[in-house]
Amino acid sequence: MKEEIIIAGFGGQGVLSMGKILAYSGLMEDKEVTWLPSYGPEQRGGTANVTVIISDERISSPILDTYDVAVVLNQQSLDKFESKVKPGGTLIYDSYGINRVPARTDIVVHRVDAMDATFEMQNAKAFNMLVLGALIKAKPMVAVESVIKGLKRTLPERHHNMLPMNEEALRKGMELIQL
Amino acid sequence: MNMKQEDIIKPENCVYRKPSLLTDENMHYCPGCSHGVVHKLIAEIIEEMGMEDKTVGVSPVGCAVFAYNYIDIDWIQAAHGRAPSVATALKRLNPENLIFTYQGDGDLAAIGTCETIHAANRGENIAIIFINNAIYGMTGGQMAPTTLLGMKTSTTPYGRRADLNGHPLVMAPLMAQLDGTCYVTRQSVHTPAAVRKAKAAIRKAFENSMAGKGTSMVEIVSTCNSGWKLTPAQSNEWLVENMFKKYPLGDLKNE
Amino acid sequence: MESDIRLMKGNEALAHAMIRYGADGYFGYPITPQSEVLETLEAEMPWESTGMVVLQAESEVAAVNMVYAGAGAGKAVCTSSSSPGMSLMQEGISFIAAAELPALLINCMRGGPGLGTIQPSQADYFQATKGGGHGDYRLITLAPSSVQEMCDFVALGWDLAFKYRTPAMILADGTVGQMMEKVILPEPRRRRTEEELREQCPWAVTGKKNRKRNIITSLELNAPAMEVINNNLQAKYKRIEENEVRCEALNTEDCEYLIVAFGSMARICEKAMELARKQGLNVGLLRPITLWPFPAKAIEQAARKAKGILVVELSAGQMIEDVKLAVNCQVDTRHYGRMGGMIPTPDEILGVLKEMFVK
Repeated sequence: MKEEIIIAGFGGQGVLSMGKILAYSGLMEDKEVTWLPSYGPEQRGGTANVTVIISDERISSPILDTYDVAVVLNQQSLDKFESKVKPGGTLIYDSYGINRVPARTDIVVHRVDAMDATFEMQNAKAFNMLVLGALIKAKPMVAVESVIKGLKRTLPERHHNMLPMNEEALRKGMELIQL
Repeated sequence: MNMKQEDIIKPENCVYRKPSLLTDENMHYCPGCSHGVVHKLIAEIIEEMGMEDKTVGVSPVGCAVFAYNYIDIDWIQAAHGRAPSVATALKRLNPENLIFTYQGDGDLAAIGTCETIHAANRGENIAIIFINNAIYGMTGGQMAPTTLLGMKTSTTPYGRRADLNGHPLVMAPLMAQLDGTCYVTRQSVHTPAAVRKAKAAIRKAFENSMAGKGTSMVEIVSTCNSGWKLTPAQSNEWLVENMFKKYPLGDLKNE
Repeated sequence: MESDIRLMKGNEALAHAMIRYGADGYFGYPITPQSEVLETLEAEMPWESTGMVVLQAESEVAAVNMVYAGAGAGKAVCTSSSSPGMSLMQEGISFIAAAELPALLINCMRGGPGLGTIQPSQADYFQATKGGGHGDYRLITLAPSSVQEMCDFVALGWDLAFKYRTPAMILADGTVGQMMEKVILPEPRRRRTEEELREQCPWAVTGKKNRKRNIITSLELNAPAMEVINNNLQAKYKRIEENEVRCEALNTEDCEYLIVAFGSMARICEKAMELARKQGLNVGLLRPITLWPFPAKAIEQAARKAKGILVVELSAGQMIEDVKLAVNCQVDTRHYGRMGGMIPTPDEILGVLKEMFVK
């Protein structure tokens, strides 16, 4: 098993931390994992992306040409990464602010209305967990329990009171996607 | 009092001796230079404090680079200007050690101004001995940051001019206004009385270091008769008439 | 603290590995992309647990001279920086090498020259392996390609530094520093006691208790004596060259095309090699782990049946000079590099390899 994933969106959307939780989830299942962010001024706004690889085997390059899964959370990221999904691969996008939808027919495309869900939940912080829920539903690369364990490892202890909210968002995210 | 020669050399009649921590190495300093006197004071103080097994000196780049040849303690020689950084790490890693730097005006006030100010500002528990003779001795008499206006050096052959060369840098008040310093004083070694006061000042700086009170700096307003192109006696006069006006003696801070 | 598995950035792994090695001190100055080293150490507060000193210096110049002093006191001390900061440290590194002191230096390289960029680069290869400061000296240079190696090379670097009384450098790049991977942290070791340190480092300046005084200096104005000092240094470097070469070879037995790359670039080339082999191309990869001493013999052996060698670096071509020397220019050796923080992808490298050699 090997999944090569790119997650891209605006800085502040929780792109990097979502990747981190995913990588931790892989670690919880004793897999090899790599998390490589675009670092620099992007962190302060603008677009951010992170490459996550989860594998049973040794991982060679942390930098990739094409991906099994692309999770794109704004128009620029969709435009940039749609063409880089491997044939037969998966593209997940949040519909909020998207005016040019994916056009490829040789990949599986999932629309997730996670931003809309945060408005319903009145909780903007739930966004990346909603998306992550959708991702692991679409591509069950790690078990939900592993994500929850990974989340616990990622969050500093002083924020552990936010675990139930995040778990709820994760499970809600899994319902946002129709397979 | 008439003493016979054999009585004079008896230990009980000894009134003065070379400090035991001064080595037998011939000093390379020019006759008349202040360095020798200050070295002797440091050797005496370390011995009197019983710290010879716990002291590490930091020698600079400049005439005093070879200080390590003359005082029988552990030494480390620092890159030009970096003695306060070297002392910082030594003291932090081995707080039980007595750590002092011995720096000239070029080392401390030109290339090493940054390290000097920041070590003092952090309040490192080190003692800084600052030899200010307003000239670069080792490299052959070039302008120092502390060279007085009008003073001739090999790089200010017609005298230092403020418009061309900037003003003399006065370090002690700068150091005194830092929260990390506990003791900043100016001393000299041109008379026996001055030597006694300088010794007391250096001892105080060393004691402050061991008491963890912060950074101490003892500036010794010194002569460089070779660089100044004067005899040792003339240098002492020139020191009093010119150097003391810009660098007056006394404590600037004593907490 | 016990040996455990974590997910962390390369820079964070460096910090944790230092504490667990039983390090005595770290002195640093923030610079992207390696600031997490100092940040992690300050957050971990090792002075409370192990007594390790951590200090944010006023400059890289001050930091490296603090390392010089700490190493002079026989302590296990370290500094880390990124390219421009490393340039500032070169005088101090020359002093450390000249005074034969054991220190660990880390350069998490970014693109230059000048202020350049904060993105990854490998353009400080010359500076690290040829002696970046003045005079004839060498640094044992370790090039990690994973977060695990970032962790492991802290101990290896210090062990080698103490073994040979010479500075060792971890030459990492922004990618390895910023990347998170699974890492197994080693069992914590306690810091050496004062007695152990005095026994291991009888030359250290710690106060001359029960011994003659020690002097640490690199100054010797007597030319014949200074030549002897230089000769002794060179003899030591020869011993290191004979005993401490490290590299990793993948599929190099009888390979037709050999890729030579180090650090994060070797990881990307490994993928290019996998892609090539899927296409039936017999490509091998040799990854120097010690950039100095350079694995010249291993490269010469791996390239014996090769039609061509492709050296891939994040630079205009620096290590390629050593590769050409290794094969004595008997094999067609070409370079591919990206600069300014750009990183080639596996497909890009495979394309270049095919264009250059296969056609």
